[in-house]
Amino acid sequence: MPHAEKRIPPEVITESIFAHLTHLAALDLNPEEGDYLRRELNQQLRAISELEAIELEGDLPITSHGVPYTDATSPQLRPDESEPCPLADDILAQAPQVEERYIVVPDIPHEELE
Amino acid sequence: MTSLADLSARQQADLLRQGEVSALELTEAALERIEAVDGRHPSLDPYQMQTEDLEHVHAFLTLTPERAREQAKAIDAARASGEPLGPLAGVTLAVKDIFCVRGTLSTAGSRILANFSSPYNATPVERLEQAGAVLVGKVNLDEFTFGSSNESSAFLPPVGNPWNPAHVPGGSSGGSTAAVAAGEAALSLATDTAGSIRQPAAFCGVVGLKPTYGRVSRYGLIAFASSLDCPGPVARDVTDAALMLGVIAGPDPRDATAARVPVPDYLEKLGRQVRGMRIGLSQDYTVLKFPHPETGELVEQPITGEIQAAVEQAAKRFADLGAEIIEDVPMPNTRYGIPAYFVISRVEAASNLHRYDGVKYGYRFDGPVDDLPQLYRASRGAGFGLQPKLRIMMGMYVSAAQYEKDYYERALRVRTMIRRDFERVFDPQGEYRLDALLTATTPTTAFKLGAVYGDSLLMQYADLLTVAANHAGIPGLSIPGGLDSQGLPIGIQLLGPDFSEARLLQLGRAFELATESESWRQVRPLVVRNL
Repeated sequence: MPHAEKRIPPEVITESIFAHLTHLAALDLNPEEGDYLRRELNQQLRAISELEAIELEGDLPITSHGVPYTDATSPQLRPDESEPCPLADDILAQAPQVEERYIVVPDIPHEELE
Repeated sequence: MTSLADLSARQQADLLRQGEVSALELTEAALERIEAVDGRHPSLDPYQMQTEDLEHVHAFLTLTPERAREQAKAIDAARASGEPLGPLAGVTLAVKDIFCVRGTLSTAGSRILANFSSPYNATPVERLEQAGAVLVGKVNLDEFTFGSSNESSAFLPPVGNPWNPAHVPGGSSGGSTAAVAAGEAALSLATDTAGSIRQPAAFCGVVGLKPTYGRVSRYGLIAFASSLDCPGPVARDVTDAALMLGVIAGPDPRDATAARVPVPDYLEKLGRQVRGMRIGLSQDYTVLKFPHPETGELVEQPITGEIQAAVEQAAKRFADLGAEIIEDVPMPNTRYGIPAYFVISRVEAASNLHRYDGVKYGYRFDGPVDDLPQLYRASRGAGFGLQPKLRIMMGMYVSAAQYEKDYYERALRVRTMIRRDFERVFDPQGEYRLDALLTATTPTTAFKLGAVYGDSLLMQYADLLTVAANHAGIPGLSIPGGLDSQGLPIGIQLLGPDFSEARLLQLGRAFELATESESWRQVRPLVVRNL
C-alpha cells in the first residue's frame, strides 16, 4: 500500500460542522479524539469524492442490496400475531439500572408543545 | 507429532463416528492448544506491549471450557447409546464475538458491550451446536468489525498472526482465522462485510468463505452494515468449509433477508473434475487504482509481485486441470468499491450504532449526569472506541438531507454499476460466460502490527479486492495459494454468481488436490511448529 508524507487535506469538515456532527452523534469527545476524527473524516471524504466524477446514466437505479429477491426466494411473512417473550427477565437483567421491572434513566428534558 | 487439535473438522467427525476418539478428547486437545499458544488474555486494561505478546496468538476473548466439556460429554453419551449424531459431532468451534451466544459475553470487541451477556443464540450458532459442534470460546475482532487488522478491538493484546505474531492476522475476523490456523479450533463462525472473512483467511493461510448475501441468516449477529454483512465459515481446508456451510445455510423465519433458496449438498461435488469450466482473470484486480490519500490524484499500483505470481500459478494449475482461462476480463467499476463502501457502510453503521445508549444494556457512564442526553453522550463517548465514532460521524454526514443525493444515493447507484460488472461476466449467454473469476484476495500479505493502524484510509484499501463482492452480494472464497519470501501466507480468491458456493468450493478443492504435494503445503504456522 502507498505511504506518503502527511499533508493536511482541505477541510470539508470544518470545526463547526464537526461540532454539529458530534452533537448529532451524541458523543462526548476529548480534544485528541476530536483532532483524529476530524482529520480522518476529511481524508475519507477525499476518497469518496472519486464518486463525484462518475458519469451515471440518468435512469440508473440504486442497489440497496446486491442479490435480487423474487417472490420465490423472499421469505414468507410470519402471521402478524403477538406472543409473550419468554426472555423478559433475562433482557431486563442486562439493563444497567432497574427498579420494579422499570428501566431507570436520569431526567428527560421536555418542553410543552404549543 | 500431530495433535488431535490439528485434525480437520471432517477428520475429527469421522474419527468420533468410528469410535477412535471421544468428543471430550477432541475438546481437551483444543483447550490444551489454546493454553499452549494463546498467551495472556486480552482485556480492557490500558495496554502495554510486552515482548512475549509477539510470540502468542491472543485470539480468545471468552473461553467456555465447562460448557464445551458438557457438550462433549453429551455427544459421547449419545454416541454410546447409538443415537444419531450431527454432521459436526465433536468438532471444536470458535465463534467470532459478534454473534450472540446465550449465556456468554457477547462484546463485539467493544467496551460498550463488555458486560453484555446475550439472552439468546444467533441462528448460525444454534445450527452449529445442533449439528454437534463444541463451542470452546469466542474470539477477538476489530471493534464492531470495523477494521482489517484486529488492532481496533478494545480488548488487547491484539490478535497475532500464527505465522508470525509480530504481524496482524487481518480483520475483522482475525481472531477466527488465527484460532483456526493455530489449531485452537477446527472451525470458526465469522462475518464478512467488505472482506472480513476472506482478507484474514488469506493473511492466516486458511480457507474463508463469504456466502451469497441471504445464504446464511443474520439473526443474532450484532449488525454493522445490514445490506453487506454475511456470516460464513473459516476452516483449514475446503472440505471443512463446505461441511460447515451446509450446516449454517438456509432460510430462517427470524431473518427476512435469509433467502428461500434450497441448500445443496456442498460436499457432493468436491473432488469432481473442473474440466471445461471458464475461469476469468481481470487486470482490474491486478493493477489497483485509488486516489492518493494526500493529493486526491488517481494512483495506479500493481499488487505485490509474489501474490500476482501466485494467482498466475493458480490459473496455470486450473488450465492443467482442463479449465479454460479467459484473460483480460473487464471489471471497470472495481475501483469504486472502496469509495462507495465508505458511504454505504457508514450510513448503515451509524444507524445500527444508535441503539447503544447506556440505558437498555451494555456500558453506562457511572458519573454524575444532569439529564438523559448527557447520559447518552457520556456513555457513548466512553464506551465506543475511535473506529465506531468515526463511522457514526461519517454516516451522519453523508446521509444528511443536504448531502444525501450527492453521497448516499450516488453510492447506491455506483453499487448498481459494480453489480452489473459481475452480471455481465457471469451471464451464461454473454460474451464471457465465466464460472468464476480468479483474483488475489489481498494486495499484500500480512503487514506488521502498528504499520497501518490509525490511518483509516490505508486500512480500508486492504479490502480493495474483496469489497466488490459485498456490494454485489455474490459469494467469494479465499484459499491458501502459497507463501511469500517472508514465509507469510498468500490468499487467492474465487468469485462466482449468486448462490454458486458449490462451484467455488469444487474449484477450491480441485486446487487443493492439484497442489497437495507442493512444499509450501507442508509448512506449518510458526506458533505450532515446535509444539
